[in-house]
Amino acid sequence: MNVVELDHASITLGARRVLADASFAIRDGEFIGVLGPNGAGKTTLMRAILGLLPPSGGVLRVFGNVPRRGDPGIGYLPQARTVLPDLRMRGLDFIASSLDGERWGMPRLARADRAMIDDTLALVGARDLADRALSDMSGGERQRLLLAQSLMGRPKLLLLDEPLISLDARHQEVAIDVVRKVCRERGITVLFSAHELNQLIGTLDRVLYLGNGRAVLGTVDEVITAPVLSKLYDADIEVVRAGGHIFVLSRGRDVEQVEHSHDHGHGHGHGHDHGHHH
Amino acid sequence: MGTDMGMGTITDIITDMFQYDFMDNAFAAAGIVAVVSGVVGYFLVMRGQTFAGHALSHIGFAGATGAGLIGLAPLWGLIGFTLAAGIVMGLLSERISNRDIAIGVVLALALGFGLLFLHYYTSFATQATAILFGNVLAVDRGMIATLAMLAIVTLVALAAIMRPLIFASLQPELAEAKGVPLRFISTAFLAIVALAVSECAQIVGVLLVFTLMVGPPAAAQRVTTGLWSGLFVAAALALAEAWLGITLAYHTDWPVSFCIALLSALGYFAALAVPARRAAAAVIHRH
Repeated sequence: MNVVELDHASITLGARRVLADASFAIRDGEFIGVLGPNGAGKTTLMRAILGLLPPSGGVLRVFGNVPRRGDPGIGYLPQARTVLPDLRMRGLDFIASSLDGERWGMPRLARADRAMIDDTLALVGARDLADRALSDMSGGERQRLLLAQSLMGRPKLLLLDEPLISLDARHQEVAIDVVRKVCRERGITVLFSAHELNQLIGTLDRVLYLGNGRAVLGTVDEVITAPVLSKLYDADIEVVRAGGHIFVLSRGRDVEQVEHSHDHGHGHGHGHDHGHHH
Repeated sequence: MGTDMGMGTITDIITDMFQYDFMDNAFAAAGIVAVVSGVVGYFLVMRGQTFAGHALSHIGFAGATGAGLIGLAPLWGLIGFTLAAGIVMGLLSERISNRDIAIGVVLALALGFGLLFLHYYTSFATQATAILFGNVLAVDRGMIATLAMLAIVTLVALAAIMRPLIFASLQPELAEAKGVPLRFISTAFLAIVALAVSECAQIVGVLLVFTLMVGPPAAAQRVTTGLWSGLFVAAALALAEAWLGITLAYHTDWPVSFCIALLSALGYFAALAVPARRAAAAVIHRH
């Protein structure tokens, strides 16, 4: 069964065409690494899957249907995470706010909900975060809390938008491991967007590479090639493999490194580790 | 009196204080308003919108003095102006209502208009101090009934949107994806804040609404990280500060609003000292 399916779909954001006539299908249980330059539409694609942005042409199906906003089958970790860093609220109440958070009335935490929160926190190794204030958590801990939240309610599809941003190299690996473990166990389909391919190589089943209005889905060997990426970047791209790592170069420079420094210019990636892995 | 401050003396002080009707009224009005202020203020602090609350109160000043010009009670001018301003700020979206500079310009303009209205209605000028700094000792029974009604409306409205409000405040992107109407929530919330500010201004004046709407909730969030415990502490602290403030004013002859402002600041700074000690205790506990 296809979990996400695009059939000649176009997605437009304002006047900009993010995806033009894209067709691909993501199968049940796949771990998809979503890559591509900044502005290629990784976030926009996820918002379309969430039903927040209808395609301007063609067909987009999620679980075989037109995506609908608030689908409980989808877990989501947004990229623009406005977690107030000085918020003095404990992790438990923070997570609880998302349970049926769209309903009117006053919040109340049923015993079953409390148990589910505890279980999910334990799943990502973050049980102690329930009683700690967000303001006292490190970036890695906050991220784990958000990851736990996205798994709440046992979703069948997980959309993780740049979950590694703002984590140092060690915590990035831990986060990837946790996602892999949980999703394999529960058979969850994952769309995991990231800046860097190499960390995900051992984990992902296929790569969805976005760029230049196009989308290419395939194995690493199929997608990470000079001809394919040159089209997506609209530039001459070289792909160099060394020691199990793959480097995507544009005019001799690593595009991921270029993207990273670019990201900083936009005020993202607090505490980002620059010199890792290369 | 001597050095002995036994139970008898305290009882005497309290009976002495409540032999006056105006003290009964002040306690009732301050009590109602303090609870509303603490609860609504808790969300104001959580959303990081305290400055917007401050701006609403200043806009309310223009409303209150403007109401005097056309012969209405200041409270209705306050409510009309703050409610309209709150709804406009909400509709202009959170991005704008959080912009300090735009808000600063608008609140300064509102104060200016308030002054202009005073200028054209000079006999009203004696009431200007009451609007700016509050006059809880002048509250009558009719006002208490009005405040109680407004309090019920405010709290019921807040209870109705509380769940999506918390979700939208903490995680707007996710809340949007789950179908929470963000703009409606933020508009409705600012309308609720407008009502709370109008009530609060009756007690401590438009310039000092922070003393009940920000001080106690901010202190509450320092001492407890739970949602319900935070709401409870915020309301209880606001109530205690309001009542103690009136008591202090009664015995010292200082202005009530000053006493409440003093207690609010003391409460906040005392709370600031709490987490450091707690964190240290936690570290010791772990070893």
